[in-house]
Amino acid sequence: MELFTNQVLAGIATGAIYACMALAVVMIYQAIDHLNFAQGEMAMFSTFISWQLMQWGIPYWGAFVLTLAISFAAGILIERLLFKPLAKAPILTNVAGFIALYAIINSVAGLIWDFTIKQYPSPFGSSPFLGSQLISTHQAGMIGITVLLLILLYLFFQFTRVGLAMRAAASVPESARLVGINTSWMIALGWGMAAAIGSIAGMMIAPVVFLEPNMMLGVLIYGFAAAVLGGLTSPFGAVIGGFLVGIFENLVGTYIPGVGNELKLPIALALIITVLVVKPAGLFGRSIVKRV
Amino acid sequence: MTQAQSAQSESPLLAVCNVSVVFGGIVALNGVSFDMYQGQILGLIGPNGAGKTTLFNCLSRLYQPSKGDILMEGRSILKRPPHRIAEIGIGRTFQNVALFANLSVLDNVRVGTHARTNSDIISDSLKLPWVRRSETELNKRVHEILGYLDLGDVAHLTVSGLPFGTQKRVELARALAADPKILLLDEPAGGLNHEEVYALGDLIRRIRDERRMTVLLVEHHMGLVMSIADHVVALNFGKKLAEGTPAQVQADPDVIKAYLGSKDQ
Repeated sequence: MELFTNQVLAGIATGAIYACMALAVVMIYQAIDHLNFAQGEMAMFSTFISWQLMQWGIPYWGAFVLTLAISFAAGILIERLLFKPLAKAPILTNVAGFIALYAIINSVAGLIWDFTIKQYPSPFGSSPFLGSQLISTHQAGMIGITVLLLILLYLFFQFTRVGLAMRAAASVPESARLVGINTSWMIALGWGMAAAIGSIAGMMIAPVVFLEPNMMLGVLIYGFAAAVLGGLTSPFGAVIGGFLVGIFENLVGTYIPGVGNELKLPIALALIITVLVVKPAGLFGRSIVKRV
Repeated sequence: MTQAQSAQSESPLLAVCNVSVVFGGIVALNGVSFDMYQGQILGLIGPNGAGKTTLFNCLSRLYQPSKGDILMEGRSILKRPPHRIAEIGIGRTFQNVALFANLSVLDNVRVGTHARTNSDIISDSLKLPWVRRSETELNKRVHEILGYLDLGDVAHLTVSGLPFGTQKRVELARALAADPKILLLDEPAGGLNHEEVYALGDLIRRIRDERRMTVLLVEHHMGLVMSIADHVVALNFGKKLAEGTPAQVQADPDVIKAYLGSKDQ
């Protein structure tokens, strides 16, 4: 029983990271109807920036906040430079754009910081949380930060004018423009926020997976699985999907013999395919109905 | 009638000057001109494909005319991007309702106030005092409008689950929330039953009188147009066919021909 509880809690902790990645993916999907394959690499680059800032002597939380701001600005910049011009382009052009972005960020990170694995500090330490062996302080911290982030995002989207405008722009852009919303900037804002959320995921997972240019690949695929499971049209669903996938991953790895770390990734992919076949809209998504 | 007549001496609120729209080889609008005066209800009529909705979409900047100009209070609107049309006082509803379906009625109407508020994202997120003050005022306005259109009871429901007639009222509420000078209504009676149509006619007149708006009404329902419009413009095949009081337009031989055909055809 203790093993089970332990695995579920650890699953919730990594699930928090998947939830953040899924949320970042869904935010951009809602804004431009495309999956951002480079979301993980953007998060990885942000994590390297925070690492670099700490190397220069900035304390952890200072580097954390600075990284959020830099990532936000960089997300907006990427949208303005690369994806705004592609807004009306066919879907494959966009996919090529995302893959190019992926490759560029990955190589540039390798060029600047090389491909060796680096230690990344945890602000929470790794001692047992509240004296319990079930969960470490870092895992508890990951969950705490994610929950805090989700609450702030909820308040932002529910109660601020800009949050409401972003929801409206994602829902029916034509109508949003007519009530005076600059939908183009709402998309850019979505990119900035997605990049910042992704950077949190990167900085939180880095102490676990270690810092290197390919650190986010597995995390992003789990993030995609989470987003698909929860429903690409539902930010709430993406978050729930993240936690579910985290728990699922851990339990499968623990209880099904033969599924070691090697098979964890195929399981995430199998989950994506299963959801797409059985319930394409995901658990909480709306199925898209088109008027013909 | 008196309102419309006294208005003629002023300069027009909205002037459509020689507007043409061409899609590929199809001329959807061909040099259409007319003026709208403060306080008027102007009915735009015409058979299917006459160019009514095209003209509407030019007014709300969804289409760019290939020729001509549209002046709002003497200034051209054609250089403004679509999201800056609401702030000069043009609001509209859509024929098939284009609401934010997954948002609540309240949020849909709140969004309508967007053009009437001004704050940057930072002071907005932090709810700084001046943001809060203007927000309280807006909330009062939003609730007043919800009450005005009998939407108080459904304010917290998601729009997509509501009956079509109610959705149309929500869209009207969203347009009113921006406090426009000109309200563009694209077939507001479409999909409504007889009783609802007459209630709608009263409502449009009340909005004009009580909220001092000017209304441009595109409508197929002749009874509605002829009973509430001060001035009617008839289009056919992208051209202006006739213009005048409802009685004049109804008696115009070209209009009768366009709707009913003529013997010699």
